[in-house]
Amino acid sequence: MANQSVLGLYENADSAAEGARNLREAGFTSDDYEVMTGNPYPEGAFGEHVKKNKLFRFSLFGAFIGFITAFLFVFATQTAFPLVTGGKPILAIPASMIIMYEFTLLVAMIFTVIGVIFESRLPRPGGAGPLYDARITLGYIGLLVTVDESRIGNAQQALQSGGAEEVINEPA
Amino acid sequence: MRDRPVLTASQINDELLWPVFELRRRHVLAFLPPFILVMAGAVAVTILIWQGLWVTGLNRPAFWGFFIVNFVFWIGVSHAGTMISSILRLTQAEWKRPITRAAEVMTVFALVTSLIHPVIHAGRPWRIVYWLLPYDFTRGVWPDVRSPLVWDPVAITTYLTGSILFVFTALIPDFAIIRDQSTGMRRTIYGALAMGWRGTPRQWQLQGIFGILMSALILPVFVSVHSIVSWDFAASVVPAWHVTVYAPYFVIGAVHSGVSMVLTLMAFMRWIFKLENFIWEDHFDAVGRLLIFIATAWLFFFFLDFAFSFYTREEQEVAVMERRLLEWPFNAITVIMVLTSYVIPIPLWLNRKVRRNIALMFWTSILVNIGMWLERFFLIIPAIERKQELTFLWANYVPSLTESVIVLASFGMVAMLLIIFAKLVPLVPAWEQKEGQVFRSEVQIGEVTVPAIVRESEEPRAW
Repeated sequence: MANQSVLGLYENADSAAEGARNLREAGFTSDDYEVMTGNPYPEGAFGEHVKKNKLFRFSLFGAFIGFITAFLFVFATQTAFPLVTGGKPILAIPASMIIMYEFTLLVAMIFTVIGVIFESRLPRPGGAGPLYDARITLGYIGLLVTVDESRIGNAQQALQSGGAEEVINEPA
Repeated sequence: MRDRPVLTASQINDELLWPVFELRRRHVLAFLPPFILVMAGAVAVTILIWQGLWVTGLNRPAFWGFFIVNFVFWIGVSHAGTMISSILRLTQAEWKRPITRAAEVMTVFALVTSLIHPVIHAGRPWRIVYWLLPYDFTRGVWPDVRSPLVWDPVAITTYLTGSILFVFTALIPDFAIIRDQSTGMRRTIYGALAMGWRGTPRQWQLQGIFGILMSALILPVFVSVHSIVSWDFAASVVPAWHVTVYAPYFVIGAVHSGVSMVLTLMAFMRWIFKLENFIWEDHFDAVGRLLIFIATAWLFFFFLDFAFSFYTREEQEVAVMERRLLEWPFNAITVIMVLTSYVIPIPLWLNRKVRRNIALMFWTSILVNIGMWLERFFLIIPAIERKQELTFLWANYVPSLTESVIVLASFGMVAMLLIIFAKLVPLVPAWEQKEGQVFRSEVQIGEVTVPAIVRESEEPRAW
């Protein structure tokens, strides 16, 4: 059976938490619904379960790539044009460390941003989606339930009984 | 901290986003003076390119003049923006909310402005492209990584890239707010920038981690960049530049001027964009207390620079110091610098009433930046005039009108870019203000009710 979505819009955090509780009592799990808010709330405020992210791995991987790139760049270029200046060694480690340090941090930062975007599941094709409501950034809280068609009625009822300001069905 | 005003999400949107949706007279009036300065600067640069570098006061042996002084000054200013924002994020200071974005954006614009100076300084900027691109791989000539002139662009590029990424990523939730409040073309543009942001708990969690992680990554870059800029001087053999104290001295000087510039910016933001509900006297008070420490640390390094030079008893070092302290006009510059950077502001900032007086804090921050600009002049010019043996020419560097106009225009450029930026996105992060409202609370202690901030527990939750 195909999945269908329904959005419950709540005016404040208490009623949204009530709506989420009703959903769980009606047999829906925290994986069946998604919370959408205009600002951060404490984790678990709506009974949601946020899966672990792997952002740190992106940063570490970026730092590694940056260090290796800089290492190769510095040593390859200096040996490619071995011109002695001021009696300094061709492969001057202290001077090379500066370039390697900067490259390491540069690529770590770039990968961190890539990680945030990727782990946030962005960019989202088609924008915020058909069941996103602009009132969410005005302080409303959205509970988006995605379940198979047979359970959508139950979901609507649970959202409504939680005090939803409006329950919006997915456009056909 | 005073009790924060209770604001709804839509009130926060209205108060912070009006510059994006409306064009009020105060915004236009704020834009005009810096725009005029930038236009004057454009004329001066055109004259310089048309006539050549002779229109400047640069001449043997002083080939580094106002442009390099201003370059170092703006690099310095750029530093404190990200520093203050990163430290506040890492320590999870509650008063960070209205300051972080403006400080980070100031970093980006100050860096962009500083980078223009070496280009102008080249006299024929198009030749920079000719020298750099396409790189001469065919003859196997590569950059000499042992030169500070290679470290410098690498460090600045890292810092600029990091700062832009920092600002952009933290802007995504606010792009979504503007997208949701707009129609037509504006909605399409901000929708593309928001990338489909919906404000799910996972997205918010990642935003929070990103702020802390990126702060931890960019702080070491911040320290390294101004150290490396100082090595442009310290790694040379020029007397009085060739000192080990230059890196921390430059960093602390950068922090002093940059945090003062953040103060100037906070006052402007409050006046121009009517942000009384977001930027309070408490914020000025907190930054003022921070500045007392920074300024005193800067003064320590100022004396340390002299101590190191006099300790060596090297004739050429002493000669430069003598020039800085006793010879006209550097003696006057030294006095003005110490007065404006330390002697006048510090006794004032020690007074709580002054720290909470926005007009006084504004003017003292301007004084500090006059002093810190002169400090760069004081460090660079007397040394490069080469009052030493075996120099066939001693010369006094006299800056020309063209150079002076370009320096003034650089201030106009940073201000103009900030005002244009404020037209596109809010200078105070709207989502962070809303978060602050969620965590706002009050605690009854005995007979008094104290405003408090609730913080999330770090303990793992039972799901």
